Amino acid sequence: MLLAAGCASDKPAATGATSAASTAASASAPVATTSSGTGEQSKFFVQADFDAQLGMRAQTPEGPEGKPWEQAIAPGEKADTAKYKKDGPYHLCFSNAAVNNPWRQVGWKTMQAEVALHKEIAKFTALDAEGKDDKQISDIAELVGKGCDALIVSPNTTATLTPAVTGACPKVPVIVFDRGVDTDCPVTFINPIGGYAFGADGAEFLVEKVPAGGKVLALRILPGVDVLETRWSAAKVVFDKSRLDVVGVEFTDGDAAKTKSIVSDYIQRNGKLDGVWMDAGATAVAAVEAFEDAGQPVPAIVGEDQQDFLQKWKEGGLTAVAPTYPTYQWRTPVIAALKILKGEEVPKTWKLPQPKITSESLDTYLQPNMPPLHYALCGCEDLPGFPAKWGGK
Amino acid sequence: MRALRSAGPIFLVLAVLLVLIAVANPFFLEPAGFLAFVKRAAPLVILAAGQYFVIVSGEFDLSVGSLVTVQVVVAARLIEGDEAATWPVLALLLALGLLVGLVNGVITTGLRVPSFITTLGMMLVLSGAVFLWTGGAPRGALSETFRMFGRKDLGPVPWSVLILLVVGTAAILLMRSDFGKRLIATGDNERAAALSGVRVGRTRVLAFVVSGLAAAVAGILLGGFAGVSAQVGQGLEFQAITAVVLGGVVLGGGRGSVVAAMAGAFTLEALFTLLNLHGISGALEYAVQGVIIIAAVAAGAVRLPLRRAARV
Repeated sequence: MLLAAGCASDKPAATGATSAASTAASASAPVATTSSGTGEQSKFFVQADFDAQLGMRAQTPEGPEGKPWEQAIAPGEKADTAKYKKDGPYHLCFSNAAVNNPWRQVGWKTMQAEVALHKEIAKFTALDAEGKDDKQISDIAELVGKGCDALIVSPNTTATLTPAVTGACPKVPVIVFDRGVDTDCPVTFINPIGGYAFGADGAEFLVEKVPAGGKVLALRILPGVDVLETRWSAAKVVFDKSRLDVVGVEFTDGDAAKTKSIVSDYIQRNGKLDGVWMDAGATAVAAVEAFEDAGQPVPAIVGEDQQDFLQKWKEGGLTAVAPTYPTYQWRTPVIAALKILKGEEVPKTWKLPQPKITSESLDTYLQPNMPPLHYALCGCEDLPGFPAKWGGK
Repeated sequence: MRALRSAGPIFLVLAVLLVLIAVANPFFLEPAGFLAFVKRAAPLVILAAGQYFVIVSGEFDLSVGSLVTVQVVVAARLIEGDEAATWPVLALLLALGLLVGLVNGVITTGLRVPSFITTLGMMLVLSGAVFLWTGGAPRGALSETFRMFGRKDLGPVPWSVLILLVVGTAAILLMRSDFGKRLIATGDNERAAALSGVRVGRTRVLAFVVSGLAAAVAGILLGGFAGVSAQVGQGLEFQAITAVVLGGVVLGGGRGSVVAAMAGAFTLEALFTLLNLHGISGALEYAVQGVIIIAAVAAGAVRLPLRRAARV
C-alpha cells in the first residue's frame, strides 16, 4: 500500500535545483501541456471562457458609480421584457440552493435587505433547498404553482437543475444568479466575472511577488465543482507559464485543521515555502497560522474578502491579495426582477464587476466591527439594519 | 510484558510508519518536529482513549465528532473574543461533554436502545442543532487564552502534548482501577459480570461519560489548533473508532488495552502524515481508513481464539 503510494506520487523531488529546472523547461512549452508541478489540466477548462474572463477584468462596467451590484460589464444583448410588464404590487419568489456557508449567509441577508427596500414587493417567498438537488427541483415546482410574478433561482448544481428551470421558464420570468444552468431560457443570468478571473488574480499576484524558482503550494477545497475547477485551471495556466515551482496541489475539504496540517507538512518537507495559492480564502487564516507556529515569516499568500483574513493581513503586514466573488451579487436579482416586471431592459448575461483587494485597498474593506466570517464585498453598508443584521456591532 | 505483547503489532506498525516519515522528512527526528506531530495527533489520541472505554464495554459512541463541532462552535459564539469569558466557557464545555455522555449512557442502558442507534441519533441531533444555530456559518471568535491549549507551547513542549500526557495517564490509571476491571468484565460477558455483582448499567453510563469528556477536551484542543469552523468534527467518530480497532481492541467489547488504542490513534495520524508527505491527499484517506477497519477486524477475528483476557 505504502509502496504503491510512494510510486504514485509524481511530485517533484525535494531537491530544489531539479524541480526548478523542470518548471523552467515547462515555461517555454505551450500552455496546454502539463508541468510536473501542476498536474493535468481540468476537464472543465475552456480556453475561450478563460480568455473572455481575463479580458473582462480590464473593462469598465456600465452603470451607476459606487453601486457595482447595478453595474454590468459589456452588457451586449438585452432581454426584451415588454411581455412581462405588469402593475405592482409584486410577489417575488426565490429558490435558494442553501445557506450552508458564510458566503451564502452574508448573501442571503443582503438579498432580504434589498427586498425590504422596495415597497412594491408585497410578498417575498423563499425556499431553502438545503444543498439538495431533489429538494430544489420540488421547491421550484412549488413556487411556480404559487402565483409568483418572478422567480429567482440560485441553482445547487448546474446539470441537475436545468430541467427544473426549463420547466419554469414558460410560466414565469426566471432570473438565475451565482451558479448557472445549461439553458438560455431564463430572462437573465447574473454573476460576477467568474472562476478563471478569480484564480488568475491570485496566481498572477504570486508570479509577481515570488522570485523565480520560488516554491508555491496550491490549496483547493474539493475537486469536481465547476466554480472551483475554473479557479484552479486558470491558476495552473498562469503557473505553467511562470518560473515558479509548484511543490504541491492539495485538497483541504475547506477544513481549517487539515489546511494547517498540510501547510505545516509542506513547510517541514521543503524547509520553507515562498507562496500559497488558494481557490477560496475560508481557510487562509489557518494557512497563515501554520507559518506563525513554525516560527517562519508568512510568505506571499492568496485569501478572500473575509474579515478574519483581512484582519490578519493588516496586523501581520502580510504580502497578500484577496480575489473576491462578491456577495453583493445577491442584491442584483431583486433589482433585475423589478426591472423585468416594469418592462425595462436587462442584459441577457449580466456580468458584475469582480474586484480584488490589494494592500492599497485593504483599509477600505477591513471592518473591525464586523464578525470574522463576514464578507467585505457585501455591498450592504447602505442597507437598512446594517451592521447589526449582518452580525456586526 | 504480556500487555506489551498483546498490543505488539500496533507498536510495530507505528514504529515502521515513524521511520518512513523520518526518511521523508528528516526534521521529524528533531524534538520540535516530533513534538509538532504529537501535538497534531493529541486530539485524536484523546478521542480514541474515550472511545476505547465505550468500545471495551461492548458499545459504540458515534456522537463524538459532532460533539467536537458543537464544542468549538458554542465556544466561539459564547466567548466572542473576550478573554474574561474563557474559563467559564471551558468549564461549560466540559459540563456539556459530560452531559451528552450521560444522556447517551442513560438512553442506551436505561431504555435499552442499542448504542449504535442512540449515538447515531445524538450525532444527528447535535449536528442539526449546530446547523440550526449557525446556519452553517459559525459566528464569534475564540480568545487567545482558549487557543493557547491547542496552539501554543509551555516552554519547549506544546500544551496539547502536556494535556495528552495527563489524559493518557488518567485513562491508564482508570483502567487499572476497579472500575476498569468491571468495565472489561461488562464488555466481555455482561451476564457473568452482572451475576458477580457488577452494576453493568452504571459502568456503561460511566464509559459514555468518559467518552463525552474526552470529546470535550479534544474539541478544546482542535478549536485551539485551527480556529472556528463548522466542519471541525466531521468524520472524527470514525477516525476514533478506526484508531481503537487498529489498536487491536475487539469490537463487541471485553478485549484490548487503552494504551494500544491510543497507539492506534498515533498510527492513524502517522499514516495520514505520511500520505500527506508523499503528496497523496484527500479522498485516499477515507479509502485507507476503510481498508484498515476491515483488515484490523478480520485480523482480530482470525486470532481471536488465541487471545488471552484483556490487559490494560
